[in-house]
Amino acid sequence: MTDPSSTVPGTASPGTATSPPPGHAPVRRKRWTRRARRDAAVFLAFAAPNLVLIALFTYRPLVLNIQYSMLDWTLGSRTATFIGLDNYIEFFTSDAGLESLRITAIFTLFTVGGAMVLGLLIALALNIDVPGRTLARSAVFAPYVLSGVGVGLVWLFIFDPNFGVLGWILRQVGLNSPQWFLDPDMSLVMVIIVYVWKNLGYCAIVYLGGLQSLSQDVLHAAQLDGAGAVRRFFSISLPLLSPTTFFLLITTILNSLQAFDLLRIMTPTGRGTNTMIFESYLQAFGGYSRAGYSATISVLLFVILIVMTVAQILFVERKVHYA
Amino acid sequence: MSAPARPAPGAAPGPSSSTAPVAPRRRNGPFTRANLGATLAGGYLPLLIATLVMVLPLLWMVVSSFKSPHEILSTDLVVLPSEPSLANYEAAWTSVPIPRFFLNSVIVTTIGSSIKVVLALFTAYALVFVRFPFKRVIFVLILVALMVPPQVSILPNYVLIAGLGGVNTYWGIILPGLGTAFGTFLLRQFFLTIPPTILEAAELDGAGHLRTLFSVVAPISVPTVATVALVTIVTEWNDYIWPLIITSEASRMTLPVGLTALSNSEGNTGAGWGILMAGTVLVIAPVLIVFAMLQRHIVSGLTQGSVTG
Repeated sequence: MTDPSSTVPGTASPGTATSPPPGHAPVRRKRWTRRARRDAAVFLAFAAPNLVLIALFTYRPLVLNIQYSMLDWTLGSRTATFIGLDNYIEFFTSDAGLESLRITAIFTLFTVGGAMVLGLLIALALNIDVPGRTLARSAVFAPYVLSGVGVGLVWLFIFDPNFGVLGWILRQVGLNSPQWFLDPDMSLVMVIIVYVWKNLGYCAIVYLGGLQSLSQDVLHAAQLDGAGAVRRFFSISLPLLSPTTFFLLITTILNSLQAFDLLRIMTPTGRGTNTMIFESYLQAFGGYSRAGYSATISVLLFVILIVMTVAQILFVERKVHYA
Repeated sequence: MSAPARPAPGAAPGPSSSTAPVAPRRRNGPFTRANLGATLAGGYLPLLIATLVMVLPLLWMVVSSFKSPHEILSTDLVVLPSEPSLANYEAAWTSVPIPRFFLNSVIVTTIGSSIKVVLALFTAYALVFVRFPFKRVIFVLILVALMVPPQVSILPNYVLIAGLGGVNTYWGIILPGLGTAFGTFLLRQFFLTIPPTILEAAELDGAGHLRTLFSVVAPISVPTVATVALVTIVTEWNDYIWPLIITSEASRMTLPVGLTALSNSEGNTGAGWGILMAGTVLVIAPVLIVFAMLQRHIVSGLTQGSVTG
């Protein structure tokens, strides 16, 4: 009997999980017998509350966002003007819109790259079988579960040019602290560093799982053939890890596109850090009350997210051995 | 001391359901004379650096929360407070109603998570064990919902909830997040692994669906339910954007939102950092403690849940 707590529920990809539910009567009966009607009633009683909530607070907003996005509408106002695609045109042609796109691209590129590279390095360190690595693994993963607001405040204090530790360290080596809070470019660097710190544990743990499922025989054979550790890593481990890498690439891009808590608490005005999600919030709730324009950015963001997700599902479908 | 050849007892299972055990490849322990140097340089040093980078900022938060204002403002680095005091915590208490925020967070997290876990149990059971047409379509719709980030739904949800008078109410904070795609998905995947014979036995005994759920399915699903519950609790506790939008009065703010208010009133003024760190300890410490005790479930839950994005 295996330890039940270590039973990992099937992580089969959504498309492949098609096994019919057990408990079916073997004989195919007429549709809507009494039993079938009773089952349908039970199904609705069990599932309807959740399904209604999902429909109301997840699907309804998706549709409404599309409607809102074609309005010139001040949040709280009773009247709105239909303006067609003007909001979309504004986003893609105005300086502010393009700036938000640029910041989203930079933030995503560097947080994804940083978290994945550092995560892989830490996974390699965690994969060496030494006592105490369980503790290290917990420490590395811990920031991922902590409140983004809390983490943001801890690091704001560290980055404070006047009273922070980082400024003090820089002064010891004769440097001045960058104006992390005032210079928009440095603000972006700051939130990227903190975001990577908070999320690299996730990449490390997923990579560690990938590393541990690698065939030791292949690695051992290469070792006997005289391949050094570096060669083994680049010629064997890394190529074999490519499904993990692709999975992480998609999920971390999705996560970075949704990053909000850290950005909002560390740079409340969003100067230099207004990624699409943050810009959408600022436009509706940051004083402008531009509901239509905010919804436009949400729609665009959702389209990006769904494209990425579909790419992932298609890929996982093909690589069933990974799932 | 002999080398520990057995696997570490607290070792978390591989996140992506990798059940392959780590093949033993060491011939000698890490602390034998031949391996000691390599162990320290190749094994411990990177681990130590990684651990320190992750832990030191959090330690700094705790230490700073006990410092006096002049120690915070000192141009020389004060590592440890000379006289640790709770003054910052008291100041945080009086500057903003921290106990109120804490209570609000506990209320919202408790009610929200309990309902979500129950909803997930019922929905997953229905999806797996109850006959119904269109089940596949419904499941796909739940999966798609899993991919919709809550951030893109906030504006329409705000318009709806505010219109119903839900601003600055507990139900306004809790209700929009109650539908649970994550828990439903995770539980459904586990239910599919339950042998049908167990269910058939219950059916022969004349048990209805409700009894089968609570006396047969739920008891054997405790580890998965625990994982879902833990991840849900942590997510609810940390939830930020929705409570931030739907609350404007301190009496209904949760801790993360309250900290934002505290940051607005105390932040960047120098001496305020000690107070702010005290408040931050209160939002981070509970999750850190829960994580330390139950990290295996949390890690596996979070890394599996993301399989679908």
